[in-house]
Order: sequence, then structure tokens, then C-alpha cells
Amino acid sequence: MRGLVFALVLGAAALPALAQDRVAIVGGKVVTNAGAILEGGTVLLSDGVVVRVEPGSAAVPAGYRSVDARGKWVTPGIIAGISQIGVSEVNAVNEANDTEADRSPASAALMLDGAFNPSETSIPINRAEGVTAAIVAPSPGRTLYAGQGAIISLAAGATEPVRARAFQYVAYGEAGAQLAGGSRPAAWIELTNALEEAKRVQNNLAFPMRDQHRDLRVTREDAEALTLVLRGAQPLLVRVDRASDIRQVLKLPAMYPGLRLVLVSANEGWMVASEIARAQVPVITLGMDNLPGSFEALGSTMSNVGRLVAAGVTVALGTPDLDASFQPRLLPHYAGNMVAQARLPGAVGLSWEQAFAAITLAPAKIFGLGSQGSLKPGAAGDVVVWSGDPLELSTHPEHVFIRGVEQSLESRQTKLARRYLPGQPASDLPVEYRR
Amino acid sequence: MKAVMLATGAALGLLLAGCATTQKASAPSTPSAPPGPGAMAADEGAFRSTYKAWPGTATVIRNVTIFDGLGGRIDNGAVRFEAGKVVAVGQTVLETNATVIDGAGKWVTPGIIDIHSHLGNYPSPGVQAHSDGNEVTGPVRPEVWAVHAVWPQDPGFGRALAGGVTALHVLPGSANLFGGRGVTLKNVYGRTAQDMMMPDAPWSLKMACGENPKRVYGSRNQMPGSRMGNVAMMRQTWANARDYKARVASNKGAPIRRDLQLETLAAVLDGKILVQNHCYRADEMANVIQMSKEFGYKVTAFHHAVEAYKIADLLKAEGICAALWADWWGFKMESYDGIQENLPFVHASGACAITHSDDANGIQRLNQETAKALANGRRMGLQIRDEEAWQWVAINPARALGIADKVGSLEPGKQADVVLWNGNPLSVYSRPEKVWVDGALLYDSNDPKRRPVSDFELGQPGEGDRK
Repeated sequence: MRGLVFALVLGAAALPALAQDRVAIVGGKVVTNAGAILEGGTVLLSDGVVVRVEPGSAAVPAGYRSVDARGKWVTPGIIAGISQIGVSEVNAVNEANDTEADRSPASAALMLDGAFNPSETSIPINRAEGVTAAIVAPSPGRTLYAGQGAIISLAAGATEPVRARAFQYVAYGEAGAQLAGGSRPAAWIELTNALEEAKRVQNNLAFPMRDQHRDLRVTREDAEALTLVLRGAQPLLVRVDRASDIRQVLKLPAMYPGLRLVLVSANEGWMVASEIARAQVPVITLGMDNLPGSFEALGSTMSNVGRLVAAGVTVALGTPDLDASFQPRLLPHYAGNMVAQARLPGAVGLSWEQAFAAITLAPAKIFGLGSQGSLKPGAAGDVVVWSGDPLELSTHPEHVFIRGVEQSLESRQTKLARRYLPGQPASDLPVEYRR
Repeated sequence: MKAVMLATGAALGLLLAGCATTQKASAPSTPSAPPGPGAMAADEGAFRSTYKAWPGTATVIRNVTIFDGLGGRIDNGAVRFEAGKVVAVGQTVLETNATVIDGAGKWVTPGIIDIHSHLGNYPSPGVQAHSDGNEVTGPVRPEVWAVHAVWPQDPGFGRALAGGVTALHVLPGSANLFGGRGVTLKNVYGRTAQDMMMPDAPWSLKMACGENPKRVYGSRNQMPGSRMGNVAMMRQTWANARDYKARVASNKGAPIRRDLQLETLAAVLDGKILVQNHCYRADEMANVIQMSKEFGYKVTAFHHAVEAYKIADLLKAEGICAALWADWWGFKMESYDGIQENLPFVHASGACAITHSDDANGIQRLNQETAKALANGRRMGLQIRDEEAWQWVAINPARALGIADKVGSLEPGKQADVVLWNGNPLSVYSRPEKVWVDGALLYDSNDPKRRPVSDFELGQPGEGDRK
């Protein structure tokens, strides 16, 4: 059955927005993110959206395929607050990695959507763990402006990002300083100078190439791209950790009215939590750093997320760093660690509901993915049926629906694992014939 | 159970290779005993441990679920330790003259052992001035020792302790074919690295195959620039070591000119130093095994071994452990075939599986890495019990480090490295509540005075914070 659905979807040319299936997911523990958790509820999917969520397991309408979710958990799909899937098959193989371009004259203008490869093997691997959508960010190359990220669906058969040019990504702090010439003042000049150039483009002023007094480092394409940031058509995601750097970056919205700031990483965010909250700036972070890994993150603690949320900041969990950026499938476990943190004396963590929201509702809110991240009538049919508590280490998705279409849980990894599963009878052919 | 005969296996390797040695490697009679002090190595007494256990009180933890580290489990059990040693484990133990802790709803395990760490060598903060884990000046550097670059103030040690890690093996990195000597530490802060060394733990030799050495040196137009070059250089180096060993033997005890490179390698050939070999791909591990037979040494464990699951039968037959991540894959070409069932597949094949970190964050959650891998194995239909999987962070790494006579399980006579967990350690919601090393309570989740704060962290943002 699943294989059939998979094949159908593969055959489709466009986004699988039109579901082939009407599905009733019956009897599960339903996490709606729009009210209390329902013990034993029913979720109906039709035409790619949630059409009904109700307590009890009665009344499966005619024409609906029933999925028995008794003893299971039913949740919205995981949304990776930040990641690098779909644009890098193997990180350390340069030819297969499109996250960064450090020899290109372009920076802010780079559009990651052009690199999106729906056949990348990490997509089914992450999908099988319940990730249904991902925010995909570039890495900074030549300048601290990394370029424009995309939002992707992990649905089989997706051909384009759900949203191209979804945000601009920029590195401040130590990394930004190094890229800008060696200091934070240099990074600040580079950061703001490019926005000033964008302002000139916006105001139809002469482009700096003809202006002897302006810095020539900003190309026309880069300046034009940044007008989206000035207009607020794109949020500006700034990677920053040190408390003093966060304060500095928080000056940007006042300098550029309309600019929608989002902080990424913000490991010392808890030290300036009230200021971040007052500025109504959201944060996307891994949440797991607790070592003084650099001089800009001396105050790192796993209580960071809990303290930020307690201060009123919207926090989404994501995997911004290269070593984990293709493994957003681990986000539920990181969320579980936030719950564990709340149980330690002297620590601050999240409640289960808050933790789960940080990997579903919060990223949807930050990026304006209105219909995603919750289960209620009209919401996107991105639904996962888990064998148990999705934040636990021992559970797995048993069904993954994206836009109402059941997805295959197969991946290159599961195929390898089946080939080498211990205890298989001996064959008279090499293992390469086993599939 | 695979019963890896480490030291004995080394002697066997010599025989198989037809090695002309007449010097009996002082093969211990038990599989887990470390190679004892022998007649040969000129460095035998150098940089010995100055570790001293901290004082503890006689302690009983009762009414807990116990994973004993050997694959066993006791429900509603009890453990007693005193004078730094485990004295009793069972359904009940003598409770007199002891601090008695009721552990209802909690778990007790032996302390976690991480066989692959770079704490101290690549400490936090990770600035260039702290980058001491790779002697990247040549691909053959067996003469360098990780312990000489362990910064005892690395905040990572304290975080690992809060994660239940009571012993760890610090290895040089993998830039070089021969990376140098690794050292086993008790996870107890000391003013010097020697103060942290586990007494009488054998040294290891870090070796590496695959992409790293050929990339680092090939990019400089130096050998090795290919996997062929990797193997050629390793074989020539072992040939040199054999030659050195023969010269020492023929000199009948008279001193010869010391060569620190060859001294270490000769000690490997004598089975006194254990080989910890970074190697991802199945075919390359097989090459290394062939090479070890050619020159008469034994590989104790392959580290990272992303493709161990493809040759689990070979690893079992050779008695070689596989030290693995739960699910890292795809970050480089040689990790492309990583699967999420590597640990359980290796285990289910009867070989020795070890959960390792190689990471200052991962070392804090080796219980979670184990739990994930276990769940992935079960999803594929393998029946592995919780307590069985705990061997991957307990007795298995202890065996592969030659310290299984001291730690790695809760058995009378073992060092009292004990963790009390506030729930099932295979749950994401559980954390160590108390950690004892040699019977001394050195971490208490409920007591800020029992949490280390390294010198580096004093006066810094978040000093003493709940991390």
C-alpha cells in the first residue's frame, strides 16, 4: 500500500498538493498544538488538509481509509527550524555541497532554491523520522551575507521549494568578524553598509559603482536582494551568540523600520532575554550547547531555551551547525532534552507541550507557515503517527502524511540495513544481488 | 558473548604472522588484565599515573533497577560500595555502617566509559591555541602522546561527569596514519594530566586509515596522497618497528640508541600497547587486519567504523571491537553508507559493539546514543534487552581499553564508579542524579557544591550555572 502511494507520488510532476487519499487516523493520542492533547482522538484528512479533529474514535465517514492509531501518538509533522537538507548530498564533497560559495562575487543575492534537489538521500531519511518541512539556510562564503534560504517540503515528488527566497541569512559575531576583515566593527560596517546600499537601490539612487565615495564591495545583485529585507518581505536571520553581539544586532530593527529580525543560535540569549522579548524578536537555536565552545558562547547552557521562552521569546529548535544540519530528524530528541532540563534542580527547561511546539508551531509562526504546525480544520495535512511519545528515544513514526499523502518510510539507509540485516540465510550470490 | 581476548589475541597474532619473536609478551592470564610492566620498554616508568582516589563513605543504594554493565539486570536490587570498591551487588546487601540511599524509581549503572574522546586535547573554548590533538607535521608520529596535551581545565570533563562518564580514553586525532599514544583518564579533575590518569591502564596507539591522512598530506603533495600510500607508509613503518625490535632483542639488554617512534611501535608488537584504529570503510578495515597479521600485532578496536555492520562476522572472528556513533552518516564520503543500526547489527552478530562520542557534546549523552541505536535495532526486528545494550558503554569499552579488571561493571572488587539515574537511563528524560568515582561522590544533581567548575569557567558568564 505504502509503496503504491510512493510510486504514484513519484510519478506526479508537481507538489503533491492534491491528495489521492482520504484518511481517518483513529484512536490515537492527538497532539493538536491548538488546545489540549486528546486521549484517543480522530483526525480526518482530505484534499491535503485536516478536515476534522475530534475526541473519540467513532464515526469514520464513508470513503475514508482508516488508520488504526490506538496506543499511538498523532502529531503535526516536525518542521526543522533551520537545516541544510536538500542542498548538500555529502558535506565534505565540495561538488555535492551547495550550501556555500566562497569564490563567488555574489553573496546576499545567492538563492538557495536553485540548489534544491528533491532526490537528495537525506530527505527520505529525515522524512521517515517525522520531519515534514524544513527551513534550509545557506552558509556564509565570501562575505557575512550567506544569501537567501528556502523552505522545503519533504514530500516525495516535491520539485520546487515551498517557498523560495524565504529569508536572508547573515553571520555576525566571531564568524562574521573574520569574514568581514577581522573584527566586529568590520562586521558591523559590512552588515549595515550593504543595507545602506539596498536603501539606495530602493530609493532609485545611483548605484554605488558610479559613486566614488561608496564602498564597492556590494554588488548590484546583492543590494537589490537586500531590498527584500528592508521591506520586510524576507526576515533577516542573524547568526549571533554573545550577549553583547545580540544587543548590537537588536539595534537593526530601529535603524531599518520594517526589517524583521530573527536570531539564530543565540547561545547567550538568556543573558539578554528580556531585551529580546521586548524587541519581539524570535530565536532559532539547537538548544543543546552547554560548553564555552568559543569566546562568544561562554555562557552556553541547556537552560537557554527555557529561560528565553519564560521571558516570552518565541523559540524554535533547529540544527544550524554543519555537523548536525542534515540531521533535523534528531530535533524531537533535542526537544525531549529540554523537558529533561526542566526536571533538574536549578535548571530551566520546557514543558512537554512547549518543547513540542518548538519543533512544530514555533517555526511555523516565525516563518508565517500559517497552516502548518498544528492539527485543526484547515491545517496542512502534515501528520505523523508515532509508535509512542515522539520526544522519546525509543519511538519511531509509523505513518507520515504530507499534504494528506502517505509517504514512504524507505530510504537508502533502510535499504542498506535490510541488505546487511544479521541472521539472513546464506545466498549463492554476492550481497550486491540482495535487494 | 564474544570474549575478546585482547592480550592473548595479540600473542596469537604474533604466532599467526610467524613472527620470529622469542620474547614472550607478558600475556596476562585473564582477557581483561592490562599488559603488565615488561622487560623491554625504556619508557615504562615515564608519565605514570599520579591519580589518587578522593575519599568516600560506605554507601548502599537500594530498591533500584540495576544494569550491571555485563548484560545483567536486577530489579529492586541493591549495591554496596566502600573504600572505593564495589563490595556487593544483589537483591539485597548489607546496610549497616553505610549511607543508605533509597532509589525507588531510579536506576543504577556502572559509570559510562567513553573510548574515543578528545577532551583536553581539543578543549573548550576551541580556539586555535587549544588545538593540540593532531601533530600534523608528518603522517607517522607514534612518538607523540595525547597525555602531554591534555589540558586538565577543559570544562568538558565536568560536563561529561554530569552525563555519567567516569572514565574516558583521550586519543590523538586522525590526521596521521600513526597519531600517537592515547591515554585513559578517570574523569576527576586534577591539576595535572597525570593526576587524572587511570593507574595501570595500558597506553594505546592511535592509527587512522582512509580519507583524513591522504587528504591532509596529499594536499601538500606529500605521501600519503591515496589509500595506496596510506597502506604503503603504514607497512614500511611496521617493518621498521620489527627491525628495531630485533635489534633490541639481539642486543641482549644492552642499551641501544632510543627512538621514541619505534619504541612505541615495538611495544605494540609486544602486545603492551593496544591499537585503536580510526577506520570507516569495511574494505579498509579488512586491509588493516591483513597488515596487522603481516607484522604481528593486534587491532583492539576500529573507531567510527561506519561500515562495521558489513563485516561484523570478520570483526567477531578476529576479536576486534567496533567503537561507533549511533547514527552519524553522510558528512563525508567514507561515512556515506552509515546506517542507524550499526551498533545493534554488530552486537547481534556476536561482535563487540561500543558506543563512542568523539565529541564534547556527544560524550554527555552516550546513554541517549545507545538508546537510539537500540531502538533502531529493535525496529529491524532484533531482540536486544536494555541491560544488554548497556554493555556498549560499560564492559565493552573497558575490555577494549584493557581495564575490564578494574571498571566497566558492578561486581565486587571493581572500582566503585557508579551512576544513580533519576529514571531509566535509556529515556530522553533521565539524567544522572549522583555520580561516584572510586566511591567518592563527585557529582550530585541536587547539590551545587558537588558540581565541578573548571578554572577556566571562574569569573566567566554563567559560572556555576546549571548547564
